Amino acid sequence: MTHLLSVSDLGRDGIEEVLRVAEAFAEVGTRPIRKVPTLRGKAIATLFFEDSTRTRLSFETAAKRLSADVLSFSVGASSVKKGESVRDTVETIEAMGMDALVVRHASAGVPVQVSRWVRRCKVVNGGDGWHEHPTQALLDCFTVRQVRGQIEGLRVLVVGDVLHSRVARSQVLAYHALGASVTLVAPGSLLPASLEGWPVEVGDDLDAELPKADVVSLLRLQAERGSGAFVPTLREYTARFGLTARRAQLLDPDAVVTHPGPMVRGVEIASDVADLPQAVVTRQVTNGVAVRMAVLFLLLGGAA
Amino acid sequence: MSRPLVLRGGEVLDACGRRRADVVVAGGVVRAVGPDVAREAPSRAQVLDAGGCVVAPGLVDLHAHLREPGREEAETVETGARSAALGGYTAVVAMPNTEPPVDCAAVAQEVLRLGARALVEVAVAGTITVGREGERLAPMGELAALGVRIFTDDGAGVQDGALMRRALDYARGLGVTLAQHCEDAALAAGGAMHEGACSSRLGLPGAPAAAEETMVARDIALARLTGARLHFLHLSTAGSVELVRRAKSEGLSVTAEAAPHHLVLTDAACAGYDPTFKVSPPLRTEVDVECLRAGLADGVIDAIATDHAPHAPEAKDLPFDEAPPGMLGLETALPVVLSFLGLELALDRMSWRPARIAGLAPRQGGPVVEGAAANLCVIDPAATWTVDPARLASRSRNTPFAGWTFTGRNRHTIVAGEAVVVDAEAQR
Repeated sequence: MTHLLSVSDLGRDGIEEVLRVAEAFAEVGTRPIRKVPTLRGKAIATLFFEDSTRTRLSFETAAKRLSADVLSFSVGASSVKKGESVRDTVETIEAMGMDALVVRHASAGVPVQVSRWVRRCKVVNGGDGWHEHPTQALLDCFTVRQVRGQIEGLRVLVVGDVLHSRVARSQVLAYHALGASVTLVAPGSLLPASLEGWPVEVGDDLDAELPKADVVSLLRLQAERGSGAFVPTLREYTARFGLTARRAQLLDPDAVVTHPGPMVRGVEIASDVADLPQAVVTRQVTNGVAVRMAVLFLLLGGAA
Repeated sequence: MSRPLVLRGGEVLDACGRRRADVVVAGGVVRAVGPDVAREAPSRAQVLDAGGCVVAPGLVDLHAHLREPGREEAETVETGARSAALGGYTAVVAMPNTEPPVDCAAVAQEVLRLGARALVEVAVAGTITVGREGERLAPMGELAALGVRIFTDDGAGVQDGALMRRALDYARGLGVTLAQHCEDAALAAGGAMHEGACSSRLGLPGAPAAAEETMVARDIALARLTGARLHFLHLSTAGSVELVRRAKSEGLSVTAEAAPHHLVLTDAACAGYDPTFKVSPPLRTEVDVECLRAGLADGVIDAIATDHAPHAPEAKDLPFDEAPPGMLGLETALPVVLSFLGLELALDRMSWRPARIAGLAPRQGGPVVEGAAANLCVIDPAATWTVDPARLASRSRNTPFAGWTFTGRNRHTIVAGEAVVVDAEAQR
């Protein structure tokens, strides 16, 4: 693996390799001393040009459990505010001797651009605009496989704001590569303009789709999208596309409900539903560390 | 006054046809045209070899951003005009979205003054509204008195339909042409590329074809209402071509241009998130490219105009959605066009037709006959050329054709009787 910019960089074999390595690393998190020397002497920088709590913490925890040195860069405290370009920031940080850069940016494609600007650093996409969030999709697959045994043949429902969701784009690629079938359920105003080439079905009646689903992936509806621009009101969105307590009863008992977080209880998911055993949100967070350890390990080769 | 010239051994190709002829130029005008007129030239004349080449009226670009005043780090009138001359152009229309914009006589005079020293004729376009803000009419009469013949808020369209209607009514009495950048700002808001399969996959916000087409349709209705002359800048969609086709068949006085990049590139070029391929209007689909080419062939599209839009390297080294739109065009336009269009049609759409739209004919784009102004290009249809951005005469490097190899290139350029480009080298 040169870089991890998109799930499509991995293919089925690559995804399965990440999941297999992640399984080995998951065990590390259960030890009294949760640390291995695998990446001792390696330096990893997290470059977050857009705020994020869980993704950054998860990557930094993963790097530290592998004994890598971690440099944490965030825009709020940086020279970007003084007008420095992303390119100059990247070149400066690489010059400090980094081995990998985890890049999060509000603009789609920035990690791809960064991969052209670096000399020898590995680049990991930590989420770019509406484009992709590959490690999120990988940890979703890891979690679903942990619960259901396999992904092949599962029916996955992706519900909500697909248009603005980097998670959805990575999930569609990952679930499809692993042999699941994917159905998108969203208001027309929150679907991408074109789904040409997407290996998905589209449904518009959540009640009809829920009983058939093995996996329900809820996407966050960003509050600003509910202001009348994309849906009339949050209340109407919840009525049509929220996983309410009534709808949760339509779920198969073995179905798995995932959410990339942060959840907005009462909008895309009812508070009671978020606490049902089928909802695996906390487990996703735990597994996220193992999956990101696997990605960093596979990129940096493990040899110090 | 520059030395007399002889263009020897070529074929002359103009709106009147094609014939084997030498051309003798002196005192800024064509003195003789004919198979063996070279011997009539004064002995001190500079002889330019045109063997295997086509001697034609120089190309005329309706749409060049020369960036001066205000963005001299990206281009100046001098460097932009040099690029134009190398590309075979003898005249360009400088777009008015400078800083400050060409919305008053003082700025127009400054650009004209800079243009007077440039390698090609620089005609200046004025804005339709003050500051290109779309709120009040710019002093079109004052600018027309300085020779301005085209008015546009290019970079954006005039959003307010009532204001555009008034501008057309006002322009009619001045005998000038309004040129619209058709884009509904609300529909295109945030759009970094064409909205479609590619943008959806890449997660980039898109501008739909409808953002262009709704304004083309509105402006056709306004042209019908006012009877004024209207020119459509850089049409990019199949739907726009159809709308203009119908407007022309109805007899409305509308003209249209397309840019070389829209005739060969598609939105697939944005897949690597390289802002070099970000342009406004955006690169569209294969179907749009086909329809634009069909419109070009049957005359719905009157002209090919470059939309030469230089940007300094640091401006294009940004995230795709933050980078400014625009591509270089002047040096590559002719080779790009010759890659899919015959020379006769290419010259029709790049020389004499745009010269008429710009109000520069017959001084520009006119037949190569005795007594005509000597604004000529000499094209070698067999020359091959690989585009090296570092060797372009523009101050900027944002060409989408880096590394492309083309067959057919401008060899010499004669502006007002002076050989400003000889063997693809600028002479000053």
